[in-house]
Amino acid sequence: MTFWFTPPELEALLLSLRVSLVAVSVALPLAILTATALAHRNFPGKALIDGAVYLPLVLPPVVMGYLLLLLFGTRGPVGAWLLETFDIRLVFSWKGAALASAIITFPFQVRAIRLSLEAIDSGLGDAAATLGAGRIDRFFNLTLPLALPGIVAGAITAFAASLGEFGAIITFVSNIPGETRTLPLAIYSALQSPGGEDAAMRLSLIAIALALIGVTLAEIADRRIRKMIGR
Amino acid sequence: MSISVFCRHDFGGFRLDAAFEIGAAGVTALFGPSGAGKTTVINAIAGLFVPREGRILMGPRTVLDTAANLSVPPRERRIGYVFQDAKLFPHMSVKDNLLFGWRRALQKADDSEIARVIDMLGLAHLLQRLPVKLSGGEKSRVALGRALLSSPELLLLDEPLAALDAARKAEILPYLERLRDESRIPMLYVSHMLDEVMRLADRMIVLKEGRVAAQGRVFDLAGSFVLADLTGISALSSVIETRIAEQRATDGLTILAFDGGEIAVPVLNRPVGARVRVRIRAEDVMLAREEPKAISANNVLKSIIAEIRNDDAGHADVRVACGDAHIIARITRASARRLELVPGAEVFAIIKSVIADPAAA
Repeated sequence: MTFWFTPPELEALLLSLRVSLVAVSVALPLAILTATALAHRNFPGKALIDGAVYLPLVLPPVVMGYLLLLLFGTRGPVGAWLLETFDIRLVFSWKGAALASAIITFPFQVRAIRLSLEAIDSGLGDAAATLGAGRIDRFFNLTLPLALPGIVAGAITAFAASLGEFGAIITFVSNIPGETRTLPLAIYSALQSPGGEDAAMRLSLIAIALALIGVTLAEIADRRIRKMIGR
Repeated sequence: MSISVFCRHDFGGFRLDAAFEIGAAGVTALFGPSGAGKTTVINAIAGLFVPREGRILMGPRTVLDTAANLSVPPRERRIGYVFQDAKLFPHMSVKDNLLFGWRRALQKADDSEIARVIDMLGLAHLLQRLPVKLSGGEKSRVALGRALLSSPELLLLDEPLAALDAARKAEILPYLERLRDESRIPMLYVSHMLDEVMRLADRMIVLKEGRVAAQGRVFDLAGSFVLADLTGISALSSVIETRIAEQRATDGLTILAFDGGEIAVPVLNRPVGARVRVRIRAEDVMLAREEPKAISANNVLKSIIAEIRNDDAGHADVRVACGDAHIIARITRASARRLELVPGAEVFAIIKSVIADPAAA
């Protein structure tokens, strides 16, 4: 077994990183808003939203991919509109893979951010209010910095989880080399072809290393930030 | 600017119904046992809680009028709030905490005012620290400074000493006394500790089960039985406002003068004329029908008996008038009978021990 990557393997690795990076950064602001609403507000239908956010955690990824196909396929209600208005096609595209990853890993982000939001002493907000800070002022200068450990931890965990997404991606955007064949799909394809065991092993080791790095980074970042914000 | 407060709210089982006024300056204590509704009242004043019915005026400004559906949000009320557990922002240095309200104030205190507050509270060496690195007493001082620098028109203090141990309390009290004597901002000081109130406040409002049970000058309330009746606190003490009349260095004494005479205390390091508040515990006062001669106590005050109260434990609490001040003596009922003490009789109050709280220079 050689340890050098073949160009298609390297391609799969880089694609995975790009898909996950886009997925996490696009979902992050939305995750912060959702977590804020769930942590601090009561509104009609909160329980429903709460459940919907966590649904991807328990739903089979294949079902998720199928639902995405129905919605975002070129003939699906959203997909057709996107194609017509913005000329964006998600099916068979890495952007579709990023969308699938974003939805699947959304609960990781929301949960981590929500937990750190709920850990913030509500009295700090009261103190800031008596000192002249309005709602938006308080959100950016108090809530956001104090929730930073959760935000960073959530983003890194989501990123690591996103690298491993398989079912939703292959169902929604198929397995196209160089476009939608991310790391897990490449491993799967290698195992399907005769003599692909070496490649599967190399790619799996990479996947394990990435997962370990992700989890460790999340831990280190959490500790650093806690120290920085004095918690 | 005087502040007028009325609020009424039902908490299912507990009903708050309080109305009172706070003077233009000085410290008003909001005193009462836990659960009397003290914090709810100041939260309503600060705007952190909106009662079902309420009307709060700060001078010409109406900040709450539920009848007119008006409630000014907390950030526009210009009311400083010192929370019980400081509530410092953990991710900001002491300096950024101190300047948080200042940066958002409409009328900003100038640099010399900032320096004065930092100096008054002894914070200069702490400015770069994070709150997590501060002691409990230091946190309280930062919280106080932060509220002051937001240029409030009223300062609310919610038991700022409650979370501190006795040593830390003793460390903070002088700062609060300095604040009282140097600041022109009216303060509403919430406490369930009579000692603190006696030491700091000019006026007091006694809150009991959500209602104002008594209010008035601390000297008047302390020199009466009202507080004892309301609180069931048996450790009575009286408070007298005095001024330093003379420093008698050779004897190691400072002579304090008030309307009813003079009191000698161990030397106080303050100039002649300085205000000194004196507390006298009822247990530390003896009474004599004739002027005692050859006695070790320094302080013997000629007074008139105003009122005698007997309790179930064989005590007689005797309130005597000494000029316009009132002093309470706790003696035994047997002594009161033996001395034939009756209201109107002349007695000599022998004061064994005096607690003097000098105001800041």
